[in-house]
Amino acid sequence: MGKNINIKKVMVIGSGPIVIGQAAEFDYAGVQACRALKEEGIKVVLVNSNPATIMTDENIADKVYIEPLEITMLEDIIQKERPDGLIASLGGQTGLNLAMELHKAGILEKYNLKLLGTNIDSINKAEDRELFKNLMKEINEPVPESEIVSNHKDALAFAEKIGFPIIIRPAFTLGGSGGGIAKNAEEYEQYVTTGLQQSPINQILVEKSIAGFKEVEYEVMRDSNDTCITICNMENIDPIGIHTGDSYVVAPSQTLTNNEYQMLRTSAIKIIRSLKIEGGCNVQFALDTTSNQYYVIEVNPRVSRSSALASKATGYPIAKVTTKIAIGYKLHEIQNAITKKTVAAFEPSLDYVVIKIPKWPFDKFANGDRILGTKMKATGEIMSIGRTFNSAFKKAVASLEEKVPSLALREEFEKLTYGELLDELSIQDDRRIFRVSEAIKRGIEPETICNITKIDFWFISKIKEIIDFGKSLACMELTKEKYIEAKEMGFLDCEISKLTGKSEEEFKAFNVEASFKIVDTCAAEFSAKTPYFYSTYNEECELSALKGNSNKKGSILVLGSGPIRIGQGIEFDYCSVHASWAITNNGYESVMINSNPETLSTDFDIADRLYFEPMHIENVMNVVKKENPIGVMVQFGGQTAINLASKLEERGVKILGTSLESINAVEDRKVFEKLLRELKIPQPKGRGVKSAAEALDATKELGYPVLVRPSYVIGGRGMQVVYNDEELLTYINEAFKFSTEHPVLIDQYLEGQEVELDAISDGKEVLIPGICEHIERAGVHSGDSMSIYPSRNISRKHEKTLVKYAKEIAKKTKIVGLMNIQFIIKDDVVYVIEVNPRASRTVPIMSKVTGIPMAKIAVNVILGKSLRSHGFGVGLYRKTNLVCVKMPIFSFQKLNRIDPALAPEMKSTGEVLGIDTNYKRALLKAFIAGGFKFGQRKQRVLVSLNDHYKKPALKIIKKMFAQGYFIMATWGTHKFLEKNGVPSKMIEKFMIDKLQKRMKEGRLSFVINTPTLGKNSQTAGFQIRTIAEMYCIPCFTSIDTARAYLSAVKTYDKKARLTADTVSNYRKRHFFDFLIKNK
Amino acid sequence: MLATLILEDGSVYKGEQFGACGTKIGEIVFNTSMTGYQEILTDPSYANQIIIMTYPEIGNYGINEEDFESYAPKCLGFVVKKNCKNDSHYKSKETLSNYLERNGVIGIEGIDTRSLVIKIREKGTMRCMLTTDEIKSESEIVEKIGEICTHNADKDVVLHVSPKEKYVVNEEGEIDLALIDYGCKSGIINSLAERGCKVTVYPASVSASEILDNGHKNLFLSNGPGDPADCEIELETIKNLIGKIPIFGICLGYQLLSIALGAKTYKLKYGHRGGNHPVINLQSGQVMVTSQNHGYAVDTESLSEIMRATYKNLNDDTMEGFDAERLKIFAVQFHPEAKPGPNDAAVIFDEWIKLMEEFHKNPVRKADDMANV
Repeated sequence: MGKNINIKKVMVIGSGPIVIGQAAEFDYAGVQACRALKEEGIKVVLVNSNPATIMTDENIADKVYIEPLEITMLEDIIQKERPDGLIASLGGQTGLNLAMELHKAGILEKYNLKLLGTNIDSINKAEDRELFKNLMKEINEPVPESEIVSNHKDALAFAEKIGFPIIIRPAFTLGGSGGGIAKNAEEYEQYVTTGLQQSPINQILVEKSIAGFKEVEYEVMRDSNDTCITICNMENIDPIGIHTGDSYVVAPSQTLTNNEYQMLRTSAIKIIRSLKIEGGCNVQFALDTTSNQYYVIEVNPRVSRSSALASKATGYPIAKVTTKIAIGYKLHEIQNAITKKTVAAFEPSLDYVVIKIPKWPFDKFANGDRILGTKMKATGEIMSIGRTFNSAFKKAVASLEEKVPSLALREEFEKLTYGELLDELSIQDDRRIFRVSEAIKRGIEPETICNITKIDFWFISKIKEIIDFGKSLACMELTKEKYIEAKEMGFLDCEISKLTGKSEEEFKAFNVEASFKIVDTCAAEFSAKTPYFYSTYNEECELSALKGNSNKKGSILVLGSGPIRIGQGIEFDYCSVHASWAITNNGYESVMINSNPETLSTDFDIADRLYFEPMHIENVMNVVKKENPIGVMVQFGGQTAINLASKLEERGVKILGTSLESINAVEDRKVFEKLLRELKIPQPKGRGVKSAAEALDATKELGYPVLVRPSYVIGGRGMQVVYNDEELLTYINEAFKFSTEHPVLIDQYLEGQEVELDAISDGKEVLIPGICEHIERAGVHSGDSMSIYPSRNISRKHEKTLVKYAKEIAKKTKIVGLMNIQFIIKDDVVYVIEVNPRASRTVPIMSKVTGIPMAKIAVNVILGKSLRSHGFGVGLYRKTNLVCVKMPIFSFQKLNRIDPALAPEMKSTGEVLGIDTNYKRALLKAFIAGGFKFGQRKQRVLVSLNDHYKKPALKIIKKMFAQGYFIMATWGTHKFLEKNGVPSKMIEKFMIDKLQKRMKEGRLSFVINTPTLGKNSQTAGFQIRTIAEMYCIPCFTSIDTARAYLSAVKTYDKKARLTADTVSNYRKRHFFDFLIKNK
Repeated sequence: MLATLILEDGSVYKGEQFGACGTKIGEIVFNTSMTGYQEILTDPSYANQIIIMTYPEIGNYGINEEDFESYAPKCLGFVVKKNCKNDSHYKSKETLSNYLERNGVIGIEGIDTRSLVIKIREKGTMRCMLTTDEIKSESEIVEKIGEICTHNADKDVVLHVSPKEKYVVNEEGEIDLALIDYGCKSGIINSLAERGCKVTVYPASVSASEILDNGHKNLFLSNGPGDPADCEIELETIKNLIGKIPIFGICLGYQLLSIALGAKTYKLKYGHRGGNHPVINLQSGQVMVTSQNHGYAVDTESLSEIMRATYKNLNDDTMEGFDAERLKIFAVQFHPEAKPGPNDAAVIFDEWIKLMEEFHKNPVRKADDMANV
C-alpha cells in the first residue's frame, strides 16, 4: 500500500497554448500535480510550450522546459532527464495524444519510462471510437447508433440507413473541432469533409442525433484497488446538441430523480472500471426526458475542463488526487484536503448550487457565427455559487461582466416584436437565455418556451421566478422584507434601483449585509478549515470562524481577471497568483476574488482566503466590508480589475500601488497627451472625438490613414485602421451605438517598427527586464504579433531612448508596480503609443526568460521595499544567451465567419514560446510549437496582395521562388510580379472552388494574403483566408510573418539540430566562461 | 403562512410553512443526500423525527408513484431551504407540498439550514418542535422549550411502524426467507425478491417459535427507527433464533444482532444520514460509497469473540458491519439497497444470496455455539 517508492523523478506534460477547448484548466491541473509530486519528494520535470502558465515557473517544477510539444523534443528531454514516470493525463488532449505518440514511437519503452495512472491500453479504448463502442457493447452500456467511417462513401451509406439529423464527431480533436449536427445531405457532406480533414487519423464518428435529450456528466475517480467514487454530477441546462463546453451547466443535477441519478452513476462507475482508469475521468450521458433510456455519449480518460469545474464546485481537488493515485496511493490513503479529518475516498455533498456559463468571443467578433452546436466556441467560463439556484444563476449572469448584469433589460431583445421574439426563440446561440428571459417577461407561456428550446421546464420556471420577482419590484413598495428577498434571489443593488426607481443610497437604510458561507465538500457534516467562501443573504456568516486568530499585518485584496477571453487570458491569472503569494510572503493575509473556475487563482490553497464571487463592484464591496483590508491591488487582474479601481476608490477603498489618479493619467487620452508633451516624448498625433463631425475635423488635421478605437478597451476591441471618410463615418456611427459614454480615439497610423517593454517602478526607479521587438510592423495588435526578446534590430541609441522614456513616464505618472509601454520607431524617431499602468500579457514571459519574478517584485515595491533591494539592479537588465520568439496562437477553426487576418484588434487566444541561444533556432522552435509542419514537399504558394503591400513583398516573393516554391498569384499581384520579373501562375479570384479543392487535398504549401480594406466578408480575400484556415493551410496576412516563416523553413532545410534545454540553462549568462572554467 | 422551528437549546428558526399545518415534537436530524427526498420521507426509520435536507433545492422532480419506501411517511416534519413549487418530471404525480399536506407532515422552508446543521454538528442531535401556530411572545417560546424538554421518545416506535400481519412477497421465489419488519424499506424487500427470494414478512412482535415452526431457511432483520436498546421483545426473539437459522441484518437489524451477541450500542453525536458515506471492506481494502441512516452505532470495543468486524466507516472509524461465521450471522449498518444513494453496496445482497444458497445445501447444525455467546 502507499506510494510506489521506485518513482523518484516524474515528467509532466502540459497542454500547450490556450485555444478554444483547452484553456487555463490544464495549468490549474498541472500545477496541482507538480505540487502533489513535490510534496512526496519526487523531482518534477515539466514540459510545456505555453509561457503564460504558472506550471512553467521555476518554483513549481524542478526542471522547466519551455519547448515545442512534439515527440523529438520530448525524446531529447527524456534522454537528458531520464525520468521514472510520465504523467500525461493532466495535459488535456494534447498531453494524452503526445503520450500515445511516445508510446507508438517506442520511446516510452526505449527509456523504460512508465506511463503513470491510466495505461495506454485504457486510453486507447476510451479514445478510439470503435474500440470504445465495442467495449460498451460488451458491458451492456447503451451508445447511440453510430459508425466509424473514414471516407465519404461509408458516411453516405450510414446516412441512408439512419436518416437525418446526424452528428459528426472527428476522432482525436479538441473541443469537437470539425464536427457538427447535419440536418440534411448538404450539411452532412460539408461536415464529413472537414471532419475527415481535421481528424489526425482521418476518422469520424457519424452518429444518430439524440438532440433534445438531457445532457448529464459525471466526474469519476478510480484507484488501482478498484475503489471508485463520483466527485460530482453536472446537468447541462442546454439539452444535447450544444457542446458541453458551450452549455450553461448546473451542479449538482436538478431535474433527476434519485433513481436516474444513481442509474447514471452506476453506469459511469461500470465504465471507469471496465476501462481500468486510474485517476480522474469524465463520462457524459444523454438521458431521455420521458423514459429511463440513456446513452453513453463520451468518456474522457483524463482530467478535463469539466473536472476543473467539478473541483471548484465541490472543493475536491481532482487533479491532485489523480496525481497521488498515479504514484500508487489508494483513495482511502489520501487525506481530504478540506476537512483534514476525512479521506479522499468519499463523495462530496453540496449544500449550495453551482452554475457555469461559458464566455464567448462574440463581443469582439461581432460578425462571427454565433450559432452553437457540437463544436465548442467559448474561450472561457465563469462559475457562481449560491445557496439557491436563483441566486447562483443571478450571480452567474453578473459574472459575465457585460454592460447589463441582468437576465432581462437587454435592449437587443426588448426591441423585438412579440412575433419576432417567438420566431427567434429556436435560435441556439450564445444569447438564448436572455431571449428566453425576454420571452418570459413578455408573458410567453413557459411550456411554449420549453417546447421550442427543449430546455427543461424546471429551469424555465426558475428563470420565470426571477423575472416575475423583478416585475413585482417595479410595482410594489420596497419594504425591508422585499429588499431582503431581492438580495436572497441575487438581485444587485443597481438592478433593484433600476426596477424601483430608488437610488442605491436609499437601500443603505435597510442595513442588510451579505454573509459568507464555506465550501466544505460535506454540507457542514464535518467542520472544515478551508478558506473558500461564497456570499449569501439573510443567513449566518461563517467568516468569523476563520478570521481573527491571525497574527499577520492585515489583509490585502487581489482582484482576479474573471473569465478567459481574447485579450485577457491566463497571463493575468499568473500575475494574480504570484501577487497573492507575494502578499503572504510579506506577512499579510492575501484575499482573492475571482469568478473563473478554470484557473489556479481560484484554487482554495492559493490565497489565504478565496471568495468565489462575480467581479462586480457590489460583490467586491461585500468582501471589502467583511475583510476590511489594508487595500486592494488592481494591477494584476487585467482590465477587469483596473475597471473596478475608480468605483472602489469612490467607496473609500485604498488602491495599493499605482494610484487611481495615475491610472487615469495614462488611460485618459487628454491627460496622457499633455503629459507626454510635457516630457517632450513624441507620440502619434491623435484626438478624442465625441461626434461624427468632430471625427471628420480630426482627420483633416491628422491625414489618412488613421487608427480609430474606443477609449478604455481590452484587447483592442473595436480598433481599426481607416483610410477615408466613408470608412471613418461607418466606424464612428457603429462605435457610438455601442457606447457614447467614452469618446472615440483617432490617431495617426504610423507603420513602423513596434517595440514593447514591461517595467517595474518603485516610484523612484525603474527596472526593465527586457525589450521585445515585434516581427510584424505596427498595425497588428501586440497580442497577435510575433515578438523577439532580446530585440535584434534596435540600435543602442534607440534602446537608450526607450529606457529613458520609460523612466520618465514612470516617474512622472508615479507608477508603483508594473507597467507596460508600447513604442513605434519610424524614421529614426521613437514614439510612445500606449502605456498600460498594470500587468501586461508579457509579464509571465519576461519573468521566465530573464529570471526576474516581476509580479512578486511589484508586490514588494507596492508594500514599500525598494527595487534595488531585490538584486536585479535598476534600469535595463542585462541580456543573457537566451533568445526567444513568442508566437500567437489562434482558434479560428472553432469559430466560423471570422476573418483570420491580423489587425489592430486582437484575435489570438494563446501563445507559445520558442527558446534557444540562437535566434534562428528559436524562431523555428516557435513555428514548430505553433503547429507548423516542416520538411514537407515544397508546393504551390498562393499570393494575393493589396496595393499597399505589393512593393514591400517583392523581396520575399523572390526569396520564396529561390527556395523552390511555385508561385500562384491573383490578377493584380500576378501583373505586378510579371512586371518585376517573377514568374507566377495567374489565378482568377472567382476560381475559389478550384483553390478550395487544392487546399483540401493539401496541394498548397501556404497562402500570403494581405487583406483589402473593410470588413466585408464577401471579398475573395476573406474567402481564401477562411478556406485556408478550414483546411489548416498556413495563411499569412502580414508579409513580415511570411518572411519569418521562410527564414524558419531555411533553418529547417539546413538541418539545424534542435535540442531541448531548461529555461534556466538557456539563461546562463556566462555559458562560455563556464565551459572554459571546466576545461 | 409562518412556521417556527424551536430546538431544545432555545434556538428559534422562522420560515415559511408548506405541506401540513400543526405542531409536532421530535428529534431533529439532517440528511446530506442531494437526491432522493421521496425515498427519505417514506423511510420508516425516520419515525418521530424531523428531517433537515442539507441540499437546498428540494421537490424539483415532484412525487412519483415508484420511489416510495413505504406506503406513507413516518417522519413528523421536513425542513428545507427551498421547496419547489413548479416541479418538473414526466413521472411526477403531485408536488412535494401536496404530498406532505395529504400525509400530515409539516414542512418549513426559507430557513438557514446550513447554520442549523452546524448547530447540530456541534451540539449533537436535539429534540425540537415544528409548529405553524403563531408565536406571539418570548414567554410562549420558553413554554414550548419546556414542552420539548419534557417530551419522551416513543420506546415502542418499532412496534408502531411494523406491519400488523405477516405477508409474502414473491411467492414464486426459490430461496425461502423470513424477514422481520422493524420498519422495513421496500428497497430491501425488493432487492431480495429481485434476486429470487420468497420473502415472508413478519411483524416485529413475531416470536422465535413462529419463525422456526414455519420452517424458514433464512432470516432477515430489517432496518427500523429508534434506540436498539429499547427493543426488548425484538431482542428476545433474535436471541432465540441465533444459531438455529442463518441470520442477516441491515441497520437496526444489525444493531439488534450485535446486542444479542453481547456487544453494546451507543448513540452517535449526530448520526450518519446521507448517500456519501465511505465504508472500507476490512478484508479487501476496497472502499464503497454507501447510503446510511442511523443514529446509533455498535461499539467496536464491545464485540464478543465470536464477532468479527467486516466494514468500517472511513469518516469516523465507526464499525459498519460484522459477521459471526460460525453462527452464520452477517450484518451491515449501512443500506445496500440504497434508496436513496449509491448502488455500490448492492453486491452485498449478491454475496448473501450466495451464502443462503450454500446454507440451504448444508443446513445449520443444531447450534452448540450458543454457549460461547
